[in-house]
Amino acid sequence: MERAVSPAQLLALGRHQTNRRRSAEAAGFVAVAAVLLVVLPLLNVVGRPIPGEAVDAAWYWLSDVQLNLLGRYLSYALLALGIDLIWGYTGILSLCQALFFCLGGYCMGMYLSLQTGAEGVYESTLPDFMVWNRVTELPLFWQPFHSFWFTMVAVVTVPALFALVFGFLTFRSRVRGVYFAVLTQALAYSMWLLFNRNSMNLGGTNGLTNFKKIVPTFFGSATTFRLAEPAVQRGLFIITSVCLLGAFLLCRWLTGSRLGRVLTAIRDNENRVRFSGYNPADFKVFVFVVAAALAGVAGALYVPQTGIITPGKMSVAASIDMVIWVAVGGRGTLIGAALGALIVNAMYSYFTTHFAAYWPYALGLLFVAVVMLIPAGLVGLPAQIRGSLARRQRRNDEP
Amino acid sequence: MAEDIIRTENLSVTFDGFRALNKLNFSMKHGELRVVIGPNGAGKTTLLDAICGKVTPSEGRVLFNGKDLRGLREYEIVHSGVGRKFQTPSIYRDHTVFENLELSYKAKKTVLSTLFARRTRTVREQIRRILELVGLQDKIDQRAGALSHGEKQWLEIGMVIVQDPDLLLIDEPVAGMTDDESAKTGELLTSIAQDQAILVIEHDMTFVRQIAQTVTVLHEGALLFEGPVDQVQRHPRVVEIYLGREKGDRAHA
Amino acid sequence: MINRRLLSACAASLWLAVAPARAASAGPPEMAQQLEALASDDSDAQRAAVNALAESGDRNFVAALEALRTENLYVWTAPDGARRLVITREKTTVDGQDAYVLSEAYAGTPLHDASGADVTAKSDTLQEVSVDRRLRAVVAVALERLKLVDPDPTVRRAAAKNLADKGDVSALPALAHAFDSERARAAHAALEESYNLLKLLAPGDEDKLAAVTRLEALHSTDAVPRMRELQKGAATPLQAAVARAVDSIQRWQKLTRVIYAVFSGLSLGSILMLMSLGLAITFGVMGVINMAHGELMMIGAYATFLTQNWFQAHLPASFFGAYFLVSIPVSFVAAGAAGYLLERSVIRFLYGRPLETLLATWGVSLILIQAARFYFGDLTAVTTASWLSGGIEVMAGVQLPYNRLFIIGFTLVCVAGVYVLLLRTSVGLRIRAVTQNRAMSAAIGIPTNKVDAWTFALGSGLAGMAGCALTLIGNVEPDLGQNYIVDAFIVVVTGGVGKLAGTVAAALGIGWMNTLLELVTDSAVMGKVLILALVMLFLQRRPSGLFPPTGRQVEY
Repeated sequence: MERAVSPAQLLALGRHQTNRRRSAEAAGFVAVAAVLLVVLPLLNVVGRPIPGEAVDAAWYWLSDVQLNLLGRYLSYALLALGIDLIWGYTGILSLCQALFFCLGGYCMGMYLSLQTGAEGVYESTLPDFMVWNRVTELPLFWQPFHSFWFTMVAVVTVPALFALVFGFLTFRSRVRGVYFAVLTQALAYSMWLLFNRNSMNLGGTNGLTNFKKIVPTFFGSATTFRLAEPAVQRGLFIITSVCLLGAFLLCRWLTGSRLGRVLTAIRDNENRVRFSGYNPADFKVFVFVVAAALAGVAGALYVPQTGIITPGKMSVAASIDMVIWVAVGGRGTLIGAALGALIVNAMYSYFTTHFAAYWPYALGLLFVAVVMLIPAGLVGLPAQIRGSLARRQRRNDEP
Repeated sequence: MAEDIIRTENLSVTFDGFRALNKLNFSMKHGELRVVIGPNGAGKTTLLDAICGKVTPSEGRVLFNGKDLRGLREYEIVHSGVGRKFQTPSIYRDHTVFENLELSYKAKKTVLSTLFARRTRTVREQIRRILELVGLQDKIDQRAGALSHGEKQWLEIGMVIVQDPDLLLIDEPVAGMTDDESAKTGELLTSIAQDQAILVIEHDMTFVRQIAQTVTVLHEGALLFEGPVDQVQRHPRVVEIYLGREKGDRAHA
Repeated sequence: MINRRLLSACAASLWLAVAPARAASAGPPEMAQQLEALASDDSDAQRAAVNALAESGDRNFVAALEALRTENLYVWTAPDGARRLVITREKTTVDGQDAYVLSEAYAGTPLHDASGADVTAKSDTLQEVSVDRRLRAVVAVALERLKLVDPDPTVRRAAAKNLADKGDVSALPALAHAFDSERARAAHAALEESYNLLKLLAPGDEDKLAAVTRLEALHSTDAVPRMRELQKGAATPLQAAVARAVDSIQRWQKLTRVIYAVFSGLSLGSILMLMSLGLAITFGVMGVINMAHGELMMIGAYATFLTQNWFQAHLPASFFGAYFLVSIPVSFVAAGAAGYLLERSVIRFLYGRPLETLLATWGVSLILIQAARFYFGDLTAVTTASWLSGGIEVMAGVQLPYNRLFIIGFTLVCVAGVYVLLLRTSVGLRIRAVTQNRAMSAAIGIPTNKVDAWTFALGSGLAGMAGCALTLIGNVEPDLGQNYIVDAFIVVVTGGVGKLAGTVAAALGIGWMNTLLELVTDSAVMGKVLILALVMLFLQRRPSGLFPPTGRQVEY
């Protein structure tokens, strides 16, 4: 008995890259880039209210709050690309991506906490929570985070190393499917427990907050960017957009190459892949690490725009929610992942502003509905509709 | 050519107390086309599993070109020169026919090589050639899952051939095929048998007669008889173990 | 000595003075004197009186002593001029003035006038009985001494312990007497211990030595600090005895700690097993990833809560204890029904797609949690039935709580039941047939859809019963399931999917490991983290778990 058409099948209908298709895609990409890098920041500059001169906001003004929210959404979209890479393309359901997100976020948070330094509540070089906990000396693992460039490197390498070790151990033992998902849950859960402890010197349950400035050093000279300034937030938005676009290109390249085909082959028939001469474990570790790195970058971009990082963001629930973004948008399409992240988070913002108590119901229903009704997500919806219409037509045609 | 391409020595495989292979001594030469027959449960597929690394022997060893395959992983065995076609067509359903072959194409298969691999003209030509060989040149861009059962079998054979192995393990290539399709498959296999050793498992005796040089009969995990086709068909013990188990033209002729 | 007699004389005269106004029931005459002596101006006399009252062993004096302690004891000048000792019960106002409702000093019974109404006295008719600090200390000891003859053995034990703690050796004879006459087994050992603890402070060495010997035999942990005190100073035979005793007691302590750890591990293991049993069926047997499993447990817990409420509201109090037994099947049915619905509406469409089932059931769990939060609020309490509170004292220092013993027993019953059901009944045979080869089962006429639904309902019902059992050891809250879901999955995956024996072994193994790690690291969190790390490492060596499914398997 044939089960329902799989998402991969739906997406495969009409997958082939004709030249027309390719140019359409490129045009779309440029358009999106233009919007993100030029139009939206511009809308934040132009039409800005000036309180001193009694100038009101123009109707088209993209407020600082809105831009900031969008910036955070974009970092989520970046994270979602990674999830699509491992889940949509390779079929690996990882329920600890939030952990990698937070690892990058915490790296950035540590840097920012140290930068706050004397501007903090306790006016000490130590982060506030350490003074509060009567820690007198900066722990060793905090020391390198004084450096901007070290932090930049750490943001990518820390989650990547984590993923490398965990992935190597698990994929090599051929732990897959649901077992792998359960193990990632266990990993996320234990890390969450650890990060909540004050003895870890990472802010405990309250996390790290009260960030003031970023001070990158270029060729010896340091420039201070204060996080409270709209221009800096705008800059962060643009940087996030750049990273997102860059990540998209990277993922596009990966998935469009033969490696991408091996990944989908692993998803569909791992056994056969082995007997075609590939070691699936190597490929799985590779994408798992890439996804973790993307998540780390996303976290590092998210933190200066949110102003806080707590262990709550690495809970098992947070990770599972992230997976649904990709499912909603459409897995295995990259665009779907980014779209899903934007849409679901927009829904989240809307609900928590107006009907906060109903959000869990909405989210729960979303999970159930997407999985059962639109398994190929929103991106795959046109194809799904066409497919079912065609089937109905065929049934009607039969005598 | 005189050297054995594959040899098993006292090979035993046990599943949960059940002996699928029982101290089997089997061997094949380079370039040979051997057919292995036997009733269900005789251990034919298990023999292939043991050779290609899907299953670990509980006793004995498998030597490929003189090299002990013990401890090697499946993909390493593939790289040594073994290709396998499975009993139920195991192809990449959601990829096109072309992509199926491209994935199997003999190349360096590390992560980086795959990432930077290009569809060069050589690759395309080679794949096209194989597609013509198996008769799927018109379906090059079709989704493999949409192929008919027989076409899927041919695709899988093509995937094995394009790996350019020294030994092909083909498990029931004509199961579910029409007579014409079987004949075509037989021609295909005999044509490629010149350069490579092929081990075929089959039940269809017409097909076996069409292609076989030597036939090995397995029974309850051990070698029962080995010899040319007509001798096999006349062998009383072979007839006995097959009696009542299979239709098809097992001739007493 | 002289003072005493003088005091008695004074007391006697006082007694004579108030004699006419006295009511009939005031206890034996001599004691009445002592009662009145409480009101004396001389604190020595007061102390002597208090001791005499304590000596009497008459519990009716407790009221007066308590009143004395709380400064509610007064001398009242009645309207007819008679003076008597009273206890003020309640403050009120009469004609705009402060007044008090009165009780008898002896036995504390409310004072009634001729017509039977409460007697109230204005504050200007009341003269306070003074209490100084020394007196208060004496009163405290006296109260404990009187409690030594309370009918409730728990009160007697507590009183003995307090006396031992206070260290007033004057209470020794009273304690000795109480211990000698103690009949209740539960209190006997405790009284002996308290008696000897106090005896450690006695002046004579022989007394001390005797106490040390007895306390060693009783394995008294409480004795160790006092014994250590005795070890200071010059070496004497007593000291040697004390050293031996301390050593022996500490060895015993180690033993009890080990026993308790074993029990804790067993208890934790049984809880894990109970939670994972249902999951072993839905995940292990059917291959369904149900992230809402925790919420099915929550449903069982809330069903228990509602059953408790119903009992409280509709049945007499004597039946309350039975609510728990009734809530077991109730939670089974409630959660089973929920599971049945879940299977029919969601899971049925997702067979063969485990990752999708994971996501869909997660969505369901979100909805269920929020619904519970909305309907029940964030925290509800289930009162443990009395027959399940407390515990059984297996040996000195080791008390095994009844509720955990119950859970262990209950788990065994459930595991045995599931085993029998799956492996020995025709129902179980059908279930196994359908999960192993659906097409074939359908072909021979087994209604596979129905079997699926009922199997899932069975697993869910088991989860519900687990939730019911959990109310014995924790709060009932919407998040209840979330706390346990990861653990339950870990147990099933470690044990090996498809084999009940695996789940049992994994649950026990993880339970004991976890307890051990908690002990070693002295932190519940670290224990849990280490367990998860160990499980992850274990699964890498044996990816199919402890008892992997055997034979040629389709990859899962």
